[in-house]
Amino acid sequence: MKLRLSALTPQIALLPTWLIVVFAYVGTVIWSIRISFSSSRMLPEGDFVGLKSYERLFSTQRWVVSVENVAIFGVIFIVGALVLGFFLAVMLDQRIKAESLFRTIFLYPYAMSFVVTGLAWQWILNPSLGLQQMMHNFGWTSFTFDWLARGDRAIYLVAFAGIWQASGLVMAILLAGLRGIDEDLWKAAKIDGIPTWRVYLHIVIPLLGGMFATALVLLAAAVVKVYDLVVAMTGGGPGISTEVPAKFVIDYLFDRQNIALATSASTVMFLAVLFVLGPILYRQYIHNNGRAA
Amino acid sequence: MSDIVDVKLAVVGGLPPRTDAPWGPKPGRITPARIGVYAFLVVASLFFLMPFYVMLITSLKPMSEIRLGNLMSLPEVATIQPWIDAWAHACTGVDCNGVQVGLFNSLRILVPSVILSIALGAINGYALSFWRPRGSNLIFAILLLGAFIPYQVYLYPLVRMLSVVGLYNRLPGIVAVHTIFGLPIMTLLFRNYYASLPIDLFKAARVDGGSFWTIFFYLILPMSGPILVVATILQVTGIWNDFLFGLIFAGRENLPMTVLLNNVVNTTTGVREYNVNMAATILTALVPLLVYFVSGRWFVRGIASGAVKG
Repeated sequence: MKLRLSALTPQIALLPTWLIVVFAYVGTVIWSIRISFSSSRMLPEGDFVGLKSYERLFSTQRWVVSVENVAIFGVIFIVGALVLGFFLAVMLDQRIKAESLFRTIFLYPYAMSFVVTGLAWQWILNPSLGLQQMMHNFGWTSFTFDWLARGDRAIYLVAFAGIWQASGLVMAILLAGLRGIDEDLWKAAKIDGIPTWRVYLHIVIPLLGGMFATALVLLAAAVVKVYDLVVAMTGGGPGISTEVPAKFVIDYLFDRQNIALATSASTVMFLAVLFVLGPILYRQYIHNNGRAA
Repeated sequence: MSDIVDVKLAVVGGLPPRTDAPWGPKPGRITPARIGVYAFLVVASLFFLMPFYVMLITSLKPMSEIRLGNLMSLPEVATIQPWIDAWAHACTGVDCNGVQVGLFNSLRILVPSVILSIALGAINGYALSFWRPRGSNLIFAILLLGAFIPYQVYLYPLVRMLSVVGLYNRLPGIVAVHTIFGLPIMTLLFRNYYASLPIDLFKAARVDGGSFWTIFFYLILPMSGPILVVATILQVTGIWNDFLFGLIFAGRENLPMTVLLNNVVNTTTGVREYNVNMAATILTALVPLLVYFVSGRWFVRGIASGAVKG
């Protein structure tokens, strides 16, 4: 009898996690999707109106702008952080002096929150007292840099602030990869007289594939979740020009009281992530990932 | 795999570079290329340091100097009044108690959340990598996917669930939310770490008749030092820097520092006090920055472990 009871202990230990998985993860997603098919406004309704709120969602300009913005933000942020992070890592890998000092400097923004990042750049880039005014004071009066106040440009600055915050992360990951590359590779390339840049382009970058994938997954996850950076830096403005999906959902849930619209938006986000990240995650973690016994 | 990566990350994170073996593509002679490398690194450093520099000098200037618009110049008359105001007098709406309230709120949220999420994560990692009860893979798959799904999907039902049990807008509620959403990364972290420990050790303990909890407390936990440090760093910075959950679940009485900071800066009516805002911003960044500078290589291990193949 004692044996049977102790055999159950691992399951009992996992009970809190099971409850969390069932209620907080699976249950909430199903509930959210269910509400998105109802006509709920301020309070949840039990009716079923099909895809009505989805039709409304995609005819809501604010949502369309949000989706466009997250695409623009995503591409610039991911490409920018990967490129800058890669160059930082390569330069740090040249047997330089004071390497740990440089590393510390490149990575410290990642320790700070998006709120702090957003507020700092909001202040630096504000057209009235920031960078633009400073240039004017230097005598360069024709200098204009008012992108933060321009609806068609502000999103680029948000992406820029994101790059500032996250390139250090890419640097750290890729540097780990570079340090894992066999020393003989460089000797062989030297003997064959291959120029350094070609070694990087054709051999090193392919070798770092896994590390790039790791960085990409982390950055992509940050793109979908981007919320606090926008709230702190632009508040979604000017107008609705820097709105993003994550902010759309929160605003419609808690301020604009249209929970059917909000949950349909979050369902779209959910599906997008599922289709894009699902296969990658499966390959990265689940597939072939049992303990090698 | 995971221990190899850990070792690599440890190298990046701060171990001294190897000096006995040749390293990197080029030897360290002074050539135009070397100068180019250093020039790039120095310019990059200035780019990364500039925002902090601007925040710091702005926070030390009186408003009269700030209105001149010399963003990067040092203060002519430095003052710490903005710091005092940010700490004790800055206003959010009608309350003018500064961001100190937020600091204490953040601490009250932080401590129980960090302890709970690490405890659960450690137990999960232990159970999933050594005992593998039925359903282990399912739990792990859902948690993993759950970590990457946008939080927006969970929010509304979670608000309703917490309301039903009376925890919405209360301290235990926000602690529960942080514990729930810290679970995937914590489980992953401990599972990968435990998977790198020799399984024979565990088998021997089983043969000696060790039970689930005995083995955990007397064998596994004493070997978990490094990973506990990594987990603590990860959770302290992550939870401190959280904005979304604090905004939605903490309630007016418990707003964390990030939310309070944003309210101070972005919802002020009347004259904007940029110096006070910047002082408040630095104050909010102080705890994670301190963790970062003190922890060094451990910090790097933490942030990279999230997506490192196990």
